[in-house]
Amino acid sequence: MTPPRLHLAGITKSYPGVIANSDVSLTVMPGETHAVLGENGAGKSTLMKIIYGAVKADAGTMMFNGRSVHVRNPQEARALGISMVFQHFSLFDTITVAENVWLGLGKHLSLAEVTHSITTKAAEYGLDIDPARPVHTLSVGEMQRVEIIRALLTNPQLLILDEPTSVLTPQAVEKLFVVLKKLASEGCSILYISHKLHEIRELCNVCTVLLGGKVTGVCDPAQETNATLSRLMIGAELPQLIRHEPKLGAPLLRVQDLTLARADQFGVDLDGITLEVRAGEVLGIAGVSGNGQRELLYALSGEDVRAKPGSILIGDADVSRLHPGGRRKLGLHFVPEERLGRGAVPTLGLAHNLLLTRHEAIAFPHWGGGWIRVAQLEAQASDIIKRFNVKASGPRAVARSLSGGNLQKFIVGREIDANPKLFVVSQPTWGVDVGAAAQIRAEILELRDAGCAVLVLSEELEELFELSDRLHVIALGRLSPSLPIGQATVEKVGEWMSGLWDFEEAAHA
Amino acid sequence: MLRLEARPQPSALWSYASPVLALLVTVTMGVLLFTALGKDPVSALGVFFWEPIRSAYALGELAVKATPLLLIALGLAVCFRSNVWNIGAEGQYVLGAIAASGVALLANKSTGGWIVLPILVAGVMGGMFWAGITAWLRDRFNANEILVSLMLVYVAVQVLSYLVSGPWKDPQGYNFPQSKTFDLVTRIPRLFEGSRVSIGVFLALLGVVGTWIFLFRTRAGFAQQVGGLAPAAARYAGFSSRRALWVALLVSGGTAGLAGALEVAGPIGQLTPYVPAGYGFAAIIVAFVGRLHPVGMVLSAILMSMFYIGGELAQSRLGLPKSLTGVFQGLLLFSLLACDTLVNYRLKWGK
Repeated sequence: MTPPRLHLAGITKSYPGVIANSDVSLTVMPGETHAVLGENGAGKSTLMKIIYGAVKADAGTMMFNGRSVHVRNPQEARALGISMVFQHFSLFDTITVAENVWLGLGKHLSLAEVTHSITTKAAEYGLDIDPARPVHTLSVGEMQRVEIIRALLTNPQLLILDEPTSVLTPQAVEKLFVVLKKLASEGCSILYISHKLHEIRELCNVCTVLLGGKVTGVCDPAQETNATLSRLMIGAELPQLIRHEPKLGAPLLRVQDLTLARADQFGVDLDGITLEVRAGEVLGIAGVSGNGQRELLYALSGEDVRAKPGSILIGDADVSRLHPGGRRKLGLHFVPEERLGRGAVPTLGLAHNLLLTRHEAIAFPHWGGGWIRVAQLEAQASDIIKRFNVKASGPRAVARSLSGGNLQKFIVGREIDANPKLFVVSQPTWGVDVGAAAQIRAEILELRDAGCAVLVLSEELEELFELSDRLHVIALGRLSPSLPIGQATVEKVGEWMSGLWDFEEAAHA
Repeated sequence: MLRLEARPQPSALWSYASPVLALLVTVTMGVLLFTALGKDPVSALGVFFWEPIRSAYALGELAVKATPLLLIALGLAVCFRSNVWNIGAEGQYVLGAIAASGVALLANKSTGGWIVLPILVAGVMGGMFWAGITAWLRDRFNANEILVSLMLVYVAVQVLSYLVSGPWKDPQGYNFPQSKTFDLVTRIPRLFEGSRVSIGVFLALLGVVGTWIFLFRTRAGFAQQVGGLAPAAARYAGFSSRRALWVALLVSGGTAGLAGALEVAGPIGQLTPYVPAGYGFAAIIVAFVGRLHPVGMVLSAILMSMFYIGGELAQSRLGLPKSLTGVFQGLLLFSLLACDTLVNYRLKWGK
């Protein structure tokens, strides 16, 4: 019998204050596609970094092809035949694809040889890429292809992929799966990290589930249901969201032909964005990141006040040139995508972070900016912590000390607690564990039922389908027509994500 | 082997203990230094740490030196907490001194004691004007405030030299480059007979209270600091970064200018090329050793003042160069930077 490609036993790793991995064992056979499933913070990434030599385990053994190995750094891992594609790409924007790959391969090859091998590898796996293009002109999906080709050029026996589909359109995911299945059929083992249950069930032969740094189950994903997998993953069943029929009111946010040149070199120009959000409805905007979401949100929140007058209206007020504080007075509350550093000041306590958007604890607001009533501020923070089940040591806990999910709960809570008339939220559950995500979604729907106009931008289609009454898709700085949720399908929205709605509109006309 | 391990969160204990440890390290290095120079380290340290607090007069002198340091440091703390790097407080101090002198030179025998107030106001305005140039260049042309404010120190010194050797030169001054001695009525009121301590001490302590309230109890002060801690969060909240820039530089320019006015119309009593004594630069150390906290800076200003006095005494009593002051200031800042590692890391023995 062939020895397993990879065998881990008793892997333990602790950081000050947390145990990331506790006595983890894992066996991957040649040609096997092995899923590692778990919530954020379950220890998946740490485990992969240990295999790849980027992190050193405190205890435990690792066998590769039946031999005991100690991988001290990623170079040694690559020499053994282990390659990894990280969630965040490590590519230089200003140089070409071939030059980027060349940088990782070393000096013994010429650029022409590297270009040739990229073309060959790309043709072999149907990964369409032009080695001469500068990286900043590539889409996110194309950048990932570059990373995968770079990994394949080392002829790996074990390929590790960390959340590879989080930035892809559904069509691009299909293409990626074809490549991965071909690789597996050639005997390459794949470690596939994800928290998306349907992907794992489609692609993987074996699944190891982590919870709190420990293995809670090893199973064949095809034999399991989403419910049984999520029970292994979070230790409980997910509550179902309750959706009522929308009670539509007056339009509270109107964006009319918003056209805005990019503010920085790698930004996106907004081109004629028009949309309307009415009281009592949730409008979703789907799209692959980097297609103008960031720029649109800056213009909506008032962080960018270059929009031409008349292009953004809250109620009947033209706010195109109004600063964020003024828009907040009109009832707009906004949760940005970046929590630490934008939604919250990392080194300040939760109570003081309220002051970014809330004024209840300010006395004499017209006297030099106002006097901070610290006791009242801390009481206000404690209320939000309690109401939204934020795990924090108290109102004085600094924002940085909270986990991503808990900080998101606090920030979303801070804005929802302000009783907004218009609520704009970007990536409401990005990086948040499944239980907290369900809670945040329920709060958003409750807000909508209370008559608030809600605009949700997200990269997760499932989330948008769950929350929205209508959907738009943003691609290359342009916005698609709106689609009632009843008519939206994954295929259609996926096509629109590539900007292909004009064609369809023309066909209908 | 000794190694550093990151703490889960910064240690509150060490953020207070680090300046104390830094002082101990500085003293230890001082002992080694004096021993190497062939001086008795005990008596040498006595010159630095005991002589300045030995008598009422000595304490007064300590306060005289600590006052400008504290005033400038208070303004700098507001600046640094706003992420505005004003390195040119020395220049703002000089301009404050020049502006105050301009008013003081107008006084004559018939002038009343009220002249002190315009002198101080002129000092504040002079410092604000000089810092305002930096703010304007940064705001309008995005010029780096570190370089601009630093360069303006040298411009300020040239302006001073021009005035004392040109238009404001004392005609009866035997051609020395200095202004005439100010009229006695312009002198900042002193607190006691026989001591040089003036009402400046009260102004500085008032500044401590004011800075504390501004930073920790007003929304304006909060907005100011968010701009420094997380610029994107300030933008998200809608706090103006331009406003923060102007407030920071005008406040620190104003306090530095006030310190200049108190100095030139106080202990010095005339405008001379020796007005720039390095207080503007030393105050940067005062601000950081005091943790940018108003109360902390009272302690560090006193400490830095000891170094100034100790350096002078070391020159006269031990025959050591006066630049020892600078050596101690530098040692203290370096030790502090090193000791601050312990706020975020802990030392561990092991592999």
